[in-house]
Amino acid sequence: MNAVTDVPRRMSYREALREALREALQSDPRVFLMGEDIGRYGGCYAVTKSLLAEFGEERIRDTPLSESAFVGAGIGAALGGLRPIVEIMTVNFSLLALDQILNNAATLCHMSGGQCPVPLVIRMATGAGRQLAAQHSHSLEGWYAHIPGLRIVAPATIDDARAMLGAALRSPDPVLIFEHIALLNMDGELSAGPTLELDRGAIRRPGRDVTVLTYGASLYKCLHAASQLAEDGLELEVIDLRTLRPLDDALIMSSVRRTHRALIVDEGWRSGGLSGELGMRIAEQAFFELDAPLARVCTAEVPIPYPKHLEDAALPSVERIAEAARALVAK
Amino acid sequence: MNATSERGGLTRDHALALLGQMLRIRQFEDRCAQLYTEQKIRGFLHLYNGEEAVAVGVMQALNPEDAVVATYREHGHALARGVPMSALMAEMYGKRTGSSGGRGGSMHVFDVARGFYGGNAIVGGGLPIALGLALARKLGGRPGLAACFFGEGAVAEGEFHETLNLAALWQLPVLFVCENNLYAMGTALARAEAVTDIRAKAAAYGMAAEAVDGMDVLAVEAAAGAAARAIRAGRGPHLLECRTYRFRAHSMFDAQLYRDRSEVEEWRKRGPLISFTTRCKALELITEADFQRLEQAATGEVDAAVTFAEGSAWEPVEDLERFVYAEQRA
Repeated sequence: MNAVTDVPRRMSYREALREALREALQSDPRVFLMGEDIGRYGGCYAVTKSLLAEFGEERIRDTPLSESAFVGAGIGAALGGLRPIVEIMTVNFSLLALDQILNNAATLCHMSGGQCPVPLVIRMATGAGRQLAAQHSHSLEGWYAHIPGLRIVAPATIDDARAMLGAALRSPDPVLIFEHIALLNMDGELSAGPTLELDRGAIRRPGRDVTVLTYGASLYKCLHAASQLAEDGLELEVIDLRTLRPLDDALIMSSVRRTHRALIVDEGWRSGGLSGELGMRIAEQAFFELDAPLARVCTAEVPIPYPKHLEDAALPSVERIAEAARALVAK
Repeated sequence: MNATSERGGLTRDHALALLGQMLRIRQFEDRCAQLYTEQKIRGFLHLYNGEEAVAVGVMQALNPEDAVVATYREHGHALARGVPMSALMAEMYGKRTGSSGGRGGSMHVFDVARGFYGGNAIVGGGLPIALGLALARKLGGRPGLAACFFGEGAVAEGEFHETLNLAALWQLPVLFVCENNLYAMGTALARAEAVTDIRAKAAAYGMAAEAVDGMDVLAVEAAAGAAARAIRAGRGPHLLECRTYRFRAHSMFDAQLYRDRSEVEEWRKRGPLISFTTRCKALELITEADFQRLEQAATGEVDAAVTFAEGSAWEPVEDLERFVYAEQRA
């Protein structure tokens, strides 16, 4: 079957994620889904809605609230020859399974001398913007990107929501997919096919003046800021990192060598985060190309608060991004 | 009754096989202790002396298609499962010819060709993996079960409870083997658990459970065999609590302040090797000459393993970052 033509061309990010799951389940009998409320409830964010009826309880497995056990079971099932896709409701809950993710999924291949690769996919929601307060809103993907042995991806577009899952399943390594909750209802055109290569970033808007490095939902804030600044003749080059581990150094440095300025926009906290890693890589690899100090816009260093005005104030905003970009070219 | 009628079907060959396996483990562990003092083996070293009947007894019930998940005190399980002693000793040394290529050391022995999935040094961390290995067998329509060894200390971990619940809920083919040696490092079970009967915890999840004398290899073999038959017949997971005792220190860094020497001596009197040997001799199944021959064979195997490990090459430093990611596409 031709998957590209059989699905509607216009769909939401959520539907794109679901289409990817459906295609994976259809095309590979080793694939099954496991997680909390993914079956009868339809998924806490409705990504897996209707899949239970289509594929049955053996392959769409509702689990109890036992993150450590079902993530670990995913690892064991991967070792046993299956291709599990485990859903964790949000990144905050993934900390209950952090032992399994770090001490086993990321470690077994190396520790066993290559005998135990873990072809496991873990999907989880991340990010703020829906007033879900401090235990459902954090962006901890940068933490996970710290860990050798894992691959970390963050689809920001409809195409990537559709295609990253297939690429993750083709990887023999554990891949964590971070799906930003603010993107789930976003509609868009499906323009690319269902295949892509992991580990590559993408230039979402070319520009000559400032390289903006971002990923996930912050991409759209950066694109918005770029449109505003373009009216003043300032051209931002917006790069969607897409894969947070490994980082696409070649793409990042080639852009910085053109623009000579870099701004990092990360919904994670600043201290000890991904933005620091990106900045240091640029300093190591392209320091003498820079015409201005490195800059970043991150989330305020607070647990994300509930009221909208405070949540908005905590997160990177179009205004702060535009201001930071202007300041870079003024230097 | 004469000796023949008391044998209960135990043959001379099988008695020799069980004793030989336990002797191999005992001698391997004793040599490891010696090599540790010579600084040939480094890191953490946890020895299995006293618990040999558990690994050897349970392994009799397993088939090649089964999976085994063990703990950081897993040399005995690896040997009883068929991991070559030479590769195991080379792993102790951290040599390239080790069972994990030298990457894991004492606590992380892997041999996937023999269904041996480690050597897990996070207490309780192996239980969910065994669950998944069993799930893969069930979903894949393949025969086999997952045997998961863990200590009684793991019973305090949330992962134990999460895993038992899921195994029972999904009726997965898992044989949970709790090696209850009474101490989690230095914390006695009664000082850590409100309910010390581990079978009761399995019962809370509707799981069949049995306790067995872990110093008696025949009792362990019989109980594991019955449990494995029930699991293979589709009757869901089982838990086997093997009541045993660790003769040596927890690791090589343990002053053993938490137990009396007299307690250790009492347990040694009914150790798995001495009790089984005495019994087999009384049953006229084996002789002292047999015992000595097995002991010499084990010594020879350990000597050869040490020679192999000593003569093996180190992994080149250039290979440091190999295997962080898989080298073959799935």
